[in-house]
Amino acid sequence: MSALGVYLPGDSPLHRAPAGAKLLGLTLAEAGAVLLPGPWSVGAALAVVAGLYAFARVPFRVAWAQTRPILLIALLVGGFQMFGAGVDRALVVAGQLVLSVSLAGLVTLTTRSADLLDVIERGCRPLRFVGVDGARVALVLALAIRAVPVVAALTQEVREAQRARGVTGGLTAFAVPLLVRTLRYADNLGEALAARGVDD
Amino acid sequence: MIRLDDVGHAYGDRTVLRDVSLRLTEARVGVIGANGSGKSTFARLLNGLVVPTTGRVTVDGLDTRTKGREIRRRVGFCFTNPDAQIVLPTVAEDVAFSLRRSGLSRAEIAAKVTDTLRRFDLSDFADASAHLLSGGQKQLLALAAILIMEPSILVCDEPTTLLDLRNASMVSELLASLPQRVVLVTHHLHLLDGFDRVLVFDQGRVVCDAAPSTAIDHYRRLMR
Repeated sequence: MSALGVYLPGDSPLHRAPAGAKLLGLTLAEAGAVLLPGPWSVGAALAVVAGLYAFARVPFRVAWAQTRPILLIALLVGGFQMFGAGVDRALVVAGQLVLSVSLAGLVTLTTRSADLLDVIERGCRPLRFVGVDGARVALVLALAIRAVPVVAALTQEVREAQRARGVTGGLTAFAVPLLVRTLRYADNLGEALAARGVDD
Repeated sequence: MIRLDDVGHAYGDRTVLRDVSLRLTEARVGVIGANGSGKSTFARLLNGLVVPTTGRVTVDGLDTRTKGREIRRRVGFCFTNPDAQIVLPTVAEDVAFSLRRSGLSRAEIAAKVTDTLRRFDLSDFADASAHLLSGGQKQLLALAAILIMEPSILVCDEPTTLLDLRNASMVSELLASLPQRVVLVTHHLHLLDGFDRVLVFDQGRVVCDAAPSTAIDHYRRLMR
């Protein structure tokens, strides 16, 4: 259902681990993934990630929904690499893609976004000397996550409105109304934020 | 008390409100009028979201032009579109977001959020993604996020316009039960039963200010 990994309530050790530790672990693991030497090590790493999903008791259906979009991209990229750089390299690159995205997905599935935002806010604290407001950075990220399903619904609306009037083709015929609706949503959201005392 | 003195408002050279002078003290005030009659701008004046071009608006003696922050703490605002009011991805987080700057501890915030969600019948959805709620539940969530801040006045701009009958009655029953003073802008005239006072807007002016039955009759005649 959800396009982006949204928190999946649970009480596995992964759920209970502090958000900061998970983010740090994720960063290190992603860096490690790039350094994996060959298809076998990538395969082994993928098996470990699958094990982590099971350990966090993520239902197969949710895990699949999380991974499916990147599988398509990995197939394309892997296919392309196969001609340029050989089978081994293709397997490694495609595997690394799946590995990185599924690891990140595991973190978002087991961490409340409020906790992630807290970590980001705290993480940005040293940057306040150069004028970065951590709370604002965190809020922007939260709004982005929240906007995904909203804009998806707007897209659906525009499509339906077009079908109702028998208009089908054309990228601009689709993009312009979607853009207008999205901007209107942004306007309303800004007002709602102001009413709730953000920026006061 | 909300007080408006000779208030006028224009967006560029399009005047949307003129000569509005009112004192609002009643527990339930309704606002009706055609589309584009100035109702929404009027509602936004009451918590300083819009500052008038001429005249002044005060809430409990505080001017919206200079004390917007204090006023927004007293005057909660509920919008038409529930989707645009929900800021954080999950239900409990969104309600908790209102208390970020409240100075309460994490535990106190969590306790208040649990309480509020129970009151609004949203406990089962605490960790659910907000986009999975029905329209009425989303509007309840928006109201929960406002009322957890304990405002003394609640301004609602057509809160039931986008909702089906069941969801609309869910929201209107909740509004009726609130201890807060309510200013309700609406096209659903039956929601104004039992209100103390109803204002009718037409072309930026208050053309009728009376009890619900008189005001609604006036509005009906106006729309003929």
